[in-house]
Amino acid sequence: MRHWSRAAWALGLAALALFPVVVTNPAYTTIGVFTLIYMACATSWNMFSGYTGYIALGSAVSYGVGAYTMALVSIHANMAPGASMFWLVPLGGLLATLVALPIGAIALRVRRHTFVVITIAIFFVFQLTAINVGFTGSTSGLILPFISWNESYYNLPFYYVGLSLVIFATILSAVVRRSRFGLQMLAIRDDEDRALGLGVRTTAVKLTGFALAQFTIGMAGALYAMFVGQIFPQFVFDPLFDVSIALMAFLGGLGTLVGPLLGALILESFQQWLTLSFSNSSLYLILFGALFLVVILFMPQGIVVFVRDRVTRRSAREKAAVAAAETTLAGSGA
Amino acid sequence: MSILSVTGVSRAFGGVQALQACSLEVDEGSIAGLIGPNGSGKTTLFNVVTGYVRADQGAVRFRDEDITGLRPNQVFARGIGRTFQLTRIFERLSVLENMLVATQRQEGWLRGLTRSKSSAEEVATALELLDFVGIAELAELQAGALSYGQRKLLELAYVLVADPQVILLDEPAGGVNLTLINRIAEKIRALNAQGKTFLIVEHNMEFVMSLCDRVTVMHQGCNLVSGTPEEVRRDPKVLDAYLGGGEEEFEGVAGA
Repeated sequence: MRHWSRAAWALGLAALALFPVVVTNPAYTTIGVFTLIYMACATSWNMFSGYTGYIALGSAVSYGVGAYTMALVSIHANMAPGASMFWLVPLGGLLATLVALPIGAIALRVRRHTFVVITIAIFFVFQLTAINVGFTGSTSGLILPFISWNESYYNLPFYYVGLSLVIFATILSAVVRRSRFGLQMLAIRDDEDRALGLGVRTTAVKLTGFALAQFTIGMAGALYAMFVGQIFPQFVFDPLFDVSIALMAFLGGLGTLVGPLLGALILESFQQWLTLSFSNSSLYLILFGALFLVVILFMPQGIVVFVRDRVTRRSAREKAAVAAAETTLAGSGA
Repeated sequence: MSILSVTGVSRAFGGVQALQACSLEVDEGSIAGLIGPNGSGKTTLFNVVTGYVRADQGAVRFRDEDITGLRPNQVFARGIGRTFQLTRIFERLSVLENMLVATQRQEGWLRGLTRSKSSAEEVATALELLDFVGIAELAELQAGALSYGQRKLLELAYVLVADPQVILLDEPAGGVNLTLINRIAEKIRALNAQGKTFLIVEHNMEFVMSLCDRVTVMHQGCNLVSGTPEEVRRDPKVLDAYLGGGEEEFEGVAGA
């Protein structure tokens, strides 16, 4: 089983790495870049919300902070358009993490449903501020230094930086899950007060987890800004982003490692494909709604848990069948 | 010498005075019992001592230290562990992981990020304690699959992980069968022989009277009587309190 899963990870990584080599059409590699951005964000979101059960619906704050870090620094520092701008990606992540500290300190004072509402409220404070202040370019947005790479390979650097973010988020998520810190987050998910009574410093654990999760999301926002070249407050501080990454994690399997990756891979590529094929950017919302009804009705714990349960049940059945057969054989032999 | 002392603690929830100038002394190395009708404030007192509820007035001392108003994690770190009346375990973690949550380390929280879940030593200690309460063979099982009685044992075991000096048990014998009650009593005696102090809330009178050195009766948020089981049993005030509270318990007190 362990070899099997290691092989699956290697295969998945190889498929992602080779995708732009095999599929060279820029329209499809663009879909690839967006999909990788969402895979990184959903995985990072899951590292806090999936592990602790605190469903944060304001992650677009981090995405927007990352995007504006990229835009404002590259514009005001008169950066030469090109690969050197990638250095601003980790800076975007860092700033998103710093901004998350006071937000977390406020929002994490409350539990469960109230926490969800508070994160949404804080998100809208950021969105409205971004729309109404001058330095964000307000509703006309900001135009980043124009990168004049040839169209045939323009997407490639973004694709591989995006893939690096996915790998980073996945490794971080796996390391956290195996750490004592990860165990404490899972304990908080199951019973926060009991964890507190067993010496877990719940406030510190929650705040660290929350801030850490924003790092990759901020980096992804910065990468997005550089990739599309022009950003608007309403599109980087987008409530649909908040909901999308949460739904991706739910679809794949909340709290699992592969779930958010799978959910984002399915949903984001599907959405981009729909937009490309039907040039209707809101058709996907209707289809997403229908899809989620199906998920909630038939596999409420997500694809990964659903499949895993099936597999364990089948292998248990097979084992039972083998045992029964052996008994029959032994019986007939005697 | 008393290891834990509660002096004049009061606490109101809205208009209900759950604790009213309640005082209690627990001697080091003893097994103390806390009884009283439902709603007399026993669990609230536990909550005040362990930091889950803040006292409006009064003080809690542990050895020579004033621990009034400390948070639950700080109280636990000082060496006071507790179980809950309705067992509270981490259902989606394995039994062993439940134990590891309670492992205490003298380290900054940032180091918890980089350190692995547990050292071999910590796992060995956890398994030893699971073996002590008799559920070591369930270590790899998801805790949510445990029966009610097994949950009680797990709760007792993970409180022991941090090697507390005082253990507060909220109805350890509630809702479990006689065999298990005897097993729990036997574990408490064994731990007490190792020097651990107990404070036990329990409605099962036979359990309390046979196990405890001293018993305190609570009534309407206040300590009514304290004494040996024999003294408490004969005190007329205790009968009055129980007659006013719940009659089923009256028989247990008087009939013994």
